[in-house]
Amino acid sequence: MSAVDHTAPAHRWRGFAFALPIALLTVVPLLAVVGMALTPQPEIWQHLWNHVLPRVLGNTLLLMLIVSVVVLAVGVPLAWLTAMCDFPGRKFFAWALVLPLAIPAYVLAFVQMGLFEYAGPVQSFVRDVFGNSRWVPDIRGSLWGLVMVLVMAFYPYVYLMARSAFLTQGHRSMEAAQALGYSPTAAFFKVALPLARPWIGAGLALVLMEVLADFGAIAVFNFDTFTTALYKSWFDLHNIGAAAQLAAMLVLVVMLLLAAEQRSRSAQRFHVSNPQQHRVVLKGGSRWLASALCLLVFAAAFAVPMVQMVAWSLSVWREDLNSDYWGYAWNTLSLALMTAGIATVLALMLSWIRRRHGDGLTSWTVRLAVLGYAMPGVVLAVGVFVPIAWLDAWLMALLEPWGVQTLGIIKGSLAGMLLALAARFLAVAYNATDAAMQRITRSQEEACASLGLGPWQTLRRLHLPLLRTGLLSAFLMVVVDVMKEMPITLMMRQFGWDTLAVRVFQLTSESMWQEAALPALAIVLVGLLPVILLVLQTEKTPSSAG
Amino acid sequence: MKLWKTALCVSLVGAASLAQAAQPQAVTVYSSRIEALLKPTLDEYTKQTGVKINLLTDRGGSLSERLAAEGASSPADVLITVDVGNLWNAAERGLLQKVDSPTLNANVPANFRDEGNRWWGLSQRERTIFYSADRIKPEQLSTYEDLADPKWKGKLCLRTSKQAYTQSLVAMLIAKHGVEKAEAITKGWVSNLAGDVFTNDASLLKAIAAGQCDVGISNTYYYGRILAKEPEFNKTVKLFWANQGANQGGAHVNLSGAGVVKHAKNPEGARKLLEWLSSEKVQTAYTHGTYESPINKKAEQDPIVKAWGKFIPSPLNAGDIGSHQAEAIKLLDRVGYR
Repeated sequence: MSAVDHTAPAHRWRGFAFALPIALLTVVPLLAVVGMALTPQPEIWQHLWNHVLPRVLGNTLLLMLIVSVVVLAVGVPLAWLTAMCDFPGRKFFAWALVLPLAIPAYVLAFVQMGLFEYAGPVQSFVRDVFGNSRWVPDIRGSLWGLVMVLVMAFYPYVYLMARSAFLTQGHRSMEAAQALGYSPTAAFFKVALPLARPWIGAGLALVLMEVLADFGAIAVFNFDTFTTALYKSWFDLHNIGAAAQLAAMLVLVVMLLLAAEQRSRSAQRFHVSNPQQHRVVLKGGSRWLASALCLLVFAAAFAVPMVQMVAWSLSVWREDLNSDYWGYAWNTLSLALMTAGIATVLALMLSWIRRRHGDGLTSWTVRLAVLGYAMPGVVLAVGVFVPIAWLDAWLMALLEPWGVQTLGIIKGSLAGMLLALAARFLAVAYNATDAAMQRITRSQEEACASLGLGPWQTLRRLHLPLLRTGLLSAFLMVVVDVMKEMPITLMMRQFGWDTLAVRVFQLTSESMWQEAALPALAIVLVGLLPVILLVLQTEKTPSSAG
Repeated sequence: MKLWKTALCVSLVGAASLAQAAQPQAVTVYSSRIEALLKPTLDEYTKQTGVKINLLTDRGGSLSERLAAEGASSPADVLITVDVGNLWNAAERGLLQKVDSPTLNANVPANFRDEGNRWWGLSQRERTIFYSADRIKPEQLSTYEDLADPKWKGKLCLRTSKQAYTQSLVAMLIAKHGVEKAEAITKGWVSNLAGDVFTNDASLLKAIAAGQCDVGISNTYYYGRILAKEPEFNKTVKLFWANQGANQGGAHVNLSGAGVVKHAKNPEGARKLLEWLSSEKVQTAYTHGTYESPINKKAEQDPIVKAWGKFIPSPLNAGDIGSHQAEAIKLLDRVGYR
């Protein structure tokens, strides 16, 4: 809920005017992509239409469908178990099941590939014991291999959201349903689950957006999706117009998902309740079944990949851990910190503007500003790269009469990459900041006003202290996301700015799994810290999780 | 007091900028040759000449698109690619500039450089047939085209079509036989696949050793790299020079090469770097760790490479490969070769 706008009608445009510069961060790349997409490319589209798109669209839809089903089948039951029931190990699994968030999907992908490929340890072992491994499905062309990797990487989104829902509403709905005579199972399916649907829907939309944007994991499995068709058009067929057209189509689909996610969010009802009472204590076989299920998912998504990465790293660290390596780590960290700083400040500004100006135009502008999350990394890279190159060329032409021979005034700096990354992750920072902002009540603001504090002083003395945890969450989430990010960093980096993620990609393109494990492990270890802090934050405020 | 401080600062800054100016200007390299293979050589150059080299690595296609988008504001001076098709394409798009260098022209044979003096090959690599020593006899093998024959069903391993090496090989087939016959050959390959295509040749060779397939096509230097770590590997997987018979055309040859970028800020430094890379001593060192053949005929081959013996190469025509690469990509899509 936002404050009623008390300002005079003449100041109606102020909110829009303040929010627009921030929204440009996302709007300009979007317009650039649309602009590039306007040039018709008949010859290549004939080829794409007949030979590429049918398979690619089918693959993408199939992938999204199967991932949806499996991620719900994994995330929702786990959330229910850890939120509502008690079984051995519940306290540990409640937060441990979120840890896979620290592992990027492309890391999980190459670990799985390295483990299960024909010449890898699992199949070799099977061949040693059984003579042949023909009955073990080849992970190499396998849709299911990719599905399992994506589910393991992204189920925490559904898990966290569903868990929030069950923690805040589960007990009341179950009590009410059982009072009306439903059995526990029927109560779950007929009452608790439908009540939790907005939350689960929001989590699922997030997962699907990630799947559509994914590039690294899909590249490891050599799967053909929309994103790979985009890459092929741009880099192999050298047709940026067709690539922009595909990008525009992709953005359209993702925007639909985003709209669904926002509708789901708005249907969420917040009730604060005490989750510690009335945990269903599981008895007998179901106790151990619950523990086993949690253990299985935790092992597959976190423990086993970590062990494998550590094992591989131990075999190569002596040669690979040289001075270059610390350079990559430093680049990764500084890039993440800079982007997080920019994104958090912008998110605070947006949240503040939205709070002070409640009109529809401002809220639409704010929505536009956070659209960057819906655009896959490669699309943002196209949209930021080209305008910046033009701008640079124009600036150079402008400064040439003065004899200034500076090259890449904007691109030579990190500005391009930071802009693209900030655009992509502004939504993450904004959601966390805004959720915290919502908890500051109007009466608190009015109290400050009645004490004679102006808007800036209110911001400084009321909002900022109360928003501290929210801003910290926002900052940390962006740090984790930027550390894991790969497409934008890969495409927009300048020489000397290789990050750990870029390193992992380069090594996995050469199928050098062991060498890739070292930078991958570094990403995960550093990412674990913010993830654990995040989990602790959401434990404290269950009604704002996600 | 204030004046004194200002004077000190100004002189310090002046001294620093003079020191900067005294250092030779850096050279920026965009390379699709992976860093692990290129950086040691470039570090050696910096040690010998004091010139700092800024290196950016990415896939060949991405680099040319990046150069095209950057245009005049590109920081790149040198473009190094690992596929002659990419190099030819970059030259045709006007991304490389003409350089007059008698040294380069003397070091690099005429058929391995651009007629328009826009690029020069730096090392030669071949893409040929590898087979399992236990399960296949060399008499059964002959040509790339023969691998499309149904007798190889379920026995063939191939690399993904998304890689430039596959695209160049198919481009060569198109140049030799025309689109229709090349399409039939590629379709035959796809139907003979033992499993899904590989993203990397090293995995492919390991798969032949492990028994997933009996025969495959790979670049020779991946074989060399495995042999360097496991000298006994050639007992499990052996190399076969394809198309050696009369009128069969010869084994597919590819180049890694370089050119000076059109809008280079340091074209002199770029030219000097290329001349150094093509010189006899450097060529020997450049190819000894990488198991390719040097382009400078005076340089020596790595012993592992020498052990593979002489072979008849397919006469390299960069234009043939480069101009048919787009067609090859579309052909690969049509036959469903992923």
